[in-house]
Amino acid sequence: MATNAENPTGHAIIERSTTLLFVLTLLVVLIGGLVEIVPLFKLETTVQPVPGMRPYSPLEQIGRNVYTREGCYTCHSQQIRPFRDEVERYGHYSVAAESMYDHPFLWGSKRTGPDLARVGSKYSNAWHLAHMEDPRSVVPVSIMPAYAFLKDRDIDVEGFGAHMRALRAVGVPYSPDMIAQVAADIRAQASGEDAEGLLARYPKARLGDFDGQPGRITEMDALIAYLQVLGTLAEFPAGRVTGSGQP
Amino acid sequence: MAAPERDSLTGYHTTGHEWDGIKELNTPIPHWWVTVFLGSCLVAVLYMWLYPSFATTTGIFKGRLGWTSHGQLAEEMVQARAAQAGWRSLLTDTPLEQVEANADLRRFAIAGGRAAFNENCAPCHGVGAGGQIGQFPALVDDDWLWGGSLADIRQTVRYGIRSGHDETRQSLMPAFGEMLSAGEIDSIAAYVLTLSDPSAAASRARLPGAELYAANCAACHGAAGEGSRDMGAPRLNDAIWLYGGTRDAIRHQIANPRMGVMPAFAGKLDDDTIRMLALYVHSLGGGER
Repeated sequence: MATNAENPTGHAIIERSTTLLFVLTLLVVLIGGLVEIVPLFKLETTVQPVPGMRPYSPLEQIGRNVYTREGCYTCHSQQIRPFRDEVERYGHYSVAAESMYDHPFLWGSKRTGPDLARVGSKYSNAWHLAHMEDPRSVVPVSIMPAYAFLKDRDIDVEGFGAHMRALRAVGVPYSPDMIAQVAADIRAQASGEDAEGLLARYPKARLGDFDGQPGRITEMDALIAYLQVLGTLAEFPAGRVTGSGQP
Repeated sequence: MAAPERDSLTGYHTTGHEWDGIKELNTPIPHWWVTVFLGSCLVAVLYMWLYPSFATTTGIFKGRLGWTSHGQLAEEMVQARAAQAGWRSLLTDTPLEQVEANADLRRFAIAGGRAAFNENCAPCHGVGAGGQIGQFPALVDDDWLWGGSLADIRQTVRYGIRSGHDETRQSLMPAFGEMLSAGEIDSIAAYVLTLSDPSAAASRARLPGAELYAANCAACHGAAGEGSRDMGAPRLNDAIWLYGGTRDAIRHQIANPRMGVMPAFAGKLDDDTIRMLALYVHSLGGGER
């Protein structure tokens, strides 16, 4: 389309008027924004509830923070896609409700190591400990770095309530009772003693001295407690079954 | 102004821009490109109409075809199961002990068992099931903690060992460090080491640990150290040591025993897969009748 300075036509009009260009750009961006944002206001249609889900126990949440801090998500995804090869290997595909208490979600985008969405209770605590201390000792071909130092980092048992209050502020339904009992719950889960209250607040929590250091609660305890709960909470009608024919 | 200027060399119009005598050509977009572009737009609209494509205020537009990834997965799973249906139902209907008699069925089960083993069991027991000394038992030898028959292996895979499952295999070795003195524990360790040493057969009864062993250990591990599979008490009169066969390691195991945990796989793997696993592990070399 030929144009000239005196009588601009078509696109040339927009290009030569800053105000018009701004208004039209804003309009286009708004359309794109609305298309992406409006569904979020109707999130309840996206996240279908699944029985069994609960917020993470304090120890699990600390482990989750360690997982995030160490960047585990850069090599491990937590999202089983609805494909046969994945479902046969890892179990039921991930559903939205399984990360409803995740802030931030850790779906990941790349699998250098295996998916961890359902790694919970697949291996023993002793395996996880050996694997964190020296991955090659149990998986000879592994290229994962060792995380033995987590055993030397004690966690702040008393001060974690503040973190839970922060999570509560963004929508995780921690009750005042849960926040008040934070220290007791951490100690109970990492020792396996006096755990009735913990199990009432956080059903199915895995108990035990995860890091093999009785009397000490370290980031290793927290990380293994977190890994052992992954994918074990949601209850599906057909169970977490691989190779069942009913994904 | 007059009609736009045409460049005499190319035949195209110019944009009217000019810098020091250099003019900008307004070369039109090629027709093939415009056609492909418009065609792509058309395909996009068609695609949006056929498939779930955009969100609405009440949910999502489901698309004319009603396609979902979950639906496609369910279909693929049904097809895959249908392709195996003959072998699977035969495996389900055949008692485990009789699978070996049917060579083709055995091949099917072992292949499935190997795939499931490499994903679920190999991290601890190793890809070749050689185990890890000091951690996880080997499955290729004939030294079984809880039994090596097909039924035993299937039971272990299903419910695990100290797994927390209601049906789990369960036993507890007391920590003798709180009951016996260091000297007593040392003499038991010395005695236990002689159990697998045929040359000590005559002399071992005179060792100071003999009496202590009989009083504290024999109830589970047997008078001659033959072990008890009912309790998962390991044999002590062979030369296979999970947590180390040195006097120091044995002392440590008596004082503050380590006890392995194996997860339960019931509920994670279906019953057919667990049967395949039992057959595969049984076939590795140590399977018992």
